[in-house]
Amino acid sequence: MDWTALGLSLRLAGWTVVILLPVAVILGRALAYRRFLGKGLIEALVMLPLVLPPTVFGFYLLVAFGGNSPVGDLWQSLFGNQLVFSFEGLVVASVIFNLPFAIQPAQRGFEAVPVEVREAAATCGMSPARSLWRVELPLAWPGVMTAMVLTFAHTLGEFGIVLMVGGSIPGETKTIAIAIYDRVQAFDNRGAAVMSAVLVGISLVTIAVTYWLSARVGRRLS
Amino acid sequence: MLFSLSRRILWAALTALIAAMPLRGAAQDHAPVIAAASDLQFAVTELAEAFAAETGQAVRLAFGSTGNFARQIRAGAPFELFMAADEAFVADLHADGFTRDAGDLYALGRLVIIVPEGSTLTPDADLDALERMLTAGGITRFAIANPEHAPYGMRAREALITRGLWEDLQPVMVLGENVSQAAQFALSGNAAGGIIAYSLALAPEVGARGSHALIPGGWHAPLRQRMVLLNGAGPVAEAFYAYMQEPRARAIMARHGFERPGDE
Repeated sequence: MDWTALGLSLRLAGWTVVILLPVAVILGRALAYRRFLGKGLIEALVMLPLVLPPTVFGFYLLVAFGGNSPVGDLWQSLFGNQLVFSFEGLVVASVIFNLPFAIQPAQRGFEAVPVEVREAAATCGMSPARSLWRVELPLAWPGVMTAMVLTFAHTLGEFGIVLMVGGSIPGETKTIAIAIYDRVQAFDNRGAAVMSAVLVGISLVTIAVTYWLSARVGRRLS
Repeated sequence: MLFSLSRRILWAALTALIAAMPLRGAAQDHAPVIAAASDLQFAVTELAEAFAAETGQAVRLAFGSTGNFARQIRAGAPFELFMAADEAFVADLHADGFTRDAGDLYALGRLVIIVPEGSTLTPDADLDALERMLTAGGITRFAIANPEHAPYGMRAREALITRGLWEDLQPVMVLGENVSQAAQFALSGNAAGGIIAYSLALAPEVGARGSHALIPGGWHAPLRQRMVLLNGAGPVAEAFYAYMQEPRARAIMARHGFERPGDE
């Protein structure tokens, strides 16, 4: 059992959730309430990672963030290390790749907030921020919660992108999914089986907890 | 309020997460990473253990196809030592300034044909049995490493071209991303067999699942395996590089089926 790889995957999933939570709330809310020019395009862009193969995405990241690119150079001069083949690079890739999983459910959550409720909050003199915090978030909660859990679970299972921009460096970019792949290639079926079972267990528990939580919230709301 | 309860749980979870995950980790203190060709899967794992036992210094190993590693090194991957399965990739990296020097020829690799337990195909050095079964339509799948970027795949293609079987095998060919995956495919039970590295076939994990025969070395260009220290190499990587040239390391390599190239 490769605990380093599991720890790395959990850390990657954690950072992805931390970064995507505000993004999902702000963008999900804007997409739910507002109508503006190019909204369809933005929604399509957000969904794009869902249909694009990780290879396409990984290739673009390598080109965009690689050693000879402007972004790669900027990062190198700011932080003194490479963006690709580093943990930070994986976080960036993971954040972009999880956009649909984070924003879609959050958007549905905010769409479920009745417009009368929001208007009532505004009439009571609540600022938009206060209305978001005291009224909308509690109602949109199941959606936001689902978004974060899906993001977390999906990051744990991410394989293709990590393979392309990670480089399988133990302790830095060798996630649990890559470790399982490596074990299979080393003909270590036992190791692969143990790690796979652990990953199945964690993913199942994570998703079961969400369903349980949103079911409770749903019951309270109805 | 359930919202405030689950909100509190989330905040607690997030705080715990952030506290538990420093972004940079302790990466700088970590052992150097060696990018090793897949055919070294078992040999270099054993070498790293012997190296750690003798010197008390640890290295981290990443296995993959030589071509992919070369591409990743060009994109800035932080490897310190590159153990390639083919010296051409090392020469290119050296010419473009990614390596410290021209490196050292550390091994000559060999190809074997391997067939899984219970296969009707018998492994023979001349590949006559393969040809007979192929003509009779008895080969469903045959695995080699991807000849686009994996050296063992390139040499397997050359050997099959020399033997005159390359064209006929095309419809049934499956390609592994590297030679380890080719071995996995060949022995999965879904293929009649495959051409892989001798060093993999000698490993107990692989040997237990199939039988193999050495393919004549004259059928393909030699698999001249060269290693090289990359620009960012530190003292531990240098020590490992030097260790590879010691008799104990050579003995381990020989046990894994690698020939020692003549000093040149």
